[in-house]
Amino acid sequence: MSIVLDIVASIGLWAAVLRIATPLIFGTLGALLCERAGVLNLGIEGIMTFGAMIGWLAVYQGADLWTGLLVAALSGAVFGLLHAALTVTLGLSQHVSGLGVTLFASSLSYYLFRLLVPLSGSPPTIEPFAPLSVPGLADLPFIGPVLSAQTPPTYLALLLALGLAYAIFRTPLGLAIRMTGENPHAAEAQGVDPMAVRYGAVIVGSALMAVGGAFLTLSAFNSFFPTMVQGRGWISIALVVFASWRPGRALFGALLFAFFDAFQLRLQTVVDGVPYQLFLMTPYILSIVALCVMARHARVPQALMQPYRRGER
Amino acid sequence: MRFERREHRPLFLVVLTPLLAVAAALALSGLLIAAAGAPVFEAYWRILVGAFGSRLSATETLTRATPLMLTGLAAAVAFRARVWNIGGEGQFYLGAIAVAAVGSRLLAEAPGYLSIPLLLFTGAIAGMLLLILPLWLRLRFSVDEVVTSLLLNFVAVLFVSMLIDGPLKDPLAFGWPQSQSVSDAAMLPKLVARSRLHWGFGIALVLAVVIHIVQSRTVFGLKSRAAGLSPEGAVFAGVPLARTLLLVACLSGGLAGLAGAVEVLGVKGYVTTDLSPGFGYSGIVVAMLAGLHPLGVVLAALFTATMFVGADGMSRALKIPTYIADVTVALSLITMLVAVFFAQYRIRR
Repeated sequence: MSIVLDIVASIGLWAAVLRIATPLIFGTLGALLCERAGVLNLGIEGIMTFGAMIGWLAVYQGADLWTGLLVAALSGAVFGLLHAALTVTLGLSQHVSGLGVTLFASSLSYYLFRLLVPLSGSPPTIEPFAPLSVPGLADLPFIGPVLSAQTPPTYLALLLALGLAYAIFRTPLGLAIRMTGENPHAAEAQGVDPMAVRYGAVIVGSALMAVGGAFLTLSAFNSFFPTMVQGRGWISIALVVFASWRPGRALFGALLFAFFDAFQLRLQTVVDGVPYQLFLMTPYILSIVALCVMARHARVPQALMQPYRRGER
Repeated sequence: MRFERREHRPLFLVVLTPLLAVAAALALSGLLIAAAGAPVFEAYWRILVGAFGSRLSATETLTRATPLMLTGLAAAVAFRARVWNIGGEGQFYLGAIAVAAVGSRLLAEAPGYLSIPLLLFTGAIAGMLLLILPLWLRLRFSVDEVVTSLLLNFVAVLFVSMLIDGPLKDPLAFGWPQSQSVSDAAMLPKLVARSRLHWGFGIALVLAVVIHIVQSRTVFGLKSRAAGLSPEGAVFAGVPLARTLLLVACLSGGLAGLAGAVEVLGVKGYVTTDLSPGFGYSGIVVAMLAGLHPLGVVLAALFTATMFVGADGMSRALKIPTYIADVTVALSLITMLVAVFFAQYRIRR
């Protein structure tokens, strides 16, 4: 029991929680934005992979780290445009189209990486984001050292959650997005263009997903390798349900999830005789449990996964 | 501009759709090959030669098509009933490890005529169990089975990794995580001598025909199609929805588990965590390319296997990463979706 207390009281654990949560916050908020407008985006896993690859590649080729993040965001926007064209304009199955985007984006990132970065014994690396300590915040007891271990994109993720919560619930644009996700016909009657709103939400949401992927290569690690996203996209999709489509709860869900992940990583090193694979399984099993607990109570956007065609019901 | 549903879909359009989709996918990945500075037509010619140029390569392509046919059928029967089974990869691995476990222990001494059918059955049951869980969660808690079946892929692969690193580890594999082997008697006989092509290919072909007959000629086939076309309508017409979906899930998970079993008994004899280069995921593309038609699955699996096997030789000769095969296959899923759409709708101004 004292082992558990030691782990929970350590600054290292909480610093890791924020670090592990960051890609999940970006991914969950991105998926949430798409779904609020009525589009399920299963392209997330591939978009995160591509963002991780292209952001890293830009920096490897000489760009600075912020440009790397921007390049990743742009690539995500392009895949978002593809997904929107398939699901909004053509009204195709959002499930299958999203899987298509994931398969395409991830295989394309492996192809480009292998083509542009020659095979070598050890993977090539870049200089990742350095931790940032904000004056004032850094002096707080306990919270200070935890925050000072974080890199700028993590601060960005935390601010983004607040910003998105404000935008969705307190601005006319947010109202238009929510209306489109609940009832696009009613939205159109109010002068909102549901097609445009869905395009915008999917493009911006996909850009956020790609930034989440790029965090992995530009901050958490310093190199790219295939399969590094490791299902974080799918976990984000589960977290959106867990969060009942609310940005604030999404932030809480991602942090809670990251807490369990950081905790099991530390527990692994002190507990003997348990196969490490059991620990690695926990994030996926937790996601499934979270889905089951929340699915009944969650307020699903009513028009989620329903294509909108003008004049058709 | 708007889209209008076609009243009538001529047969040539149905046949032409996948061909156009594949052509478009090849053209798009051709751009990527050209961007890498390699001759596009030579690259595709080398892929074709690499896949069918010799007796060895042709049998290799058919060997590779075998698990793809089974995972493709798994996805096709599920999608037809709108059971979104994306967990083919996990079911494949669970089927494979179940076969390795039972085949290296319980049935290690059994003669082939006994162990082969029993082991194939074991693999199918294992795959089945892994899909019943997400389906049950959907029926009980209305949780989307897409996400749960996807997440279970990771759990299944880690479970396999745990077993082949632990109780099922082969002590003779020099510390490499690899399962114990099934007995030689349990291995599927070769279909063509001095090649890797085994009877699993025949099994997959027969199953494609059987499933086609079941879907088009039996009450269960009708019910499963009805469940996919309109769940509410199916219930109204007296179809027991939950029971039908459960049977579909058993069939789909069973086929994916069988794919793993066949790959172990036909090719390797043991399990490693790289047994499948994404057979479960490629199966989804195969099913979509086939328009969810069981016989079309055979052709779509052949196309996919051609790309994967042919890309190896092409890659060595032209210095194009083999991942181009994955890109082409993924693109063909997207182009197929678009092609099917334009076969169903026409553009009106």
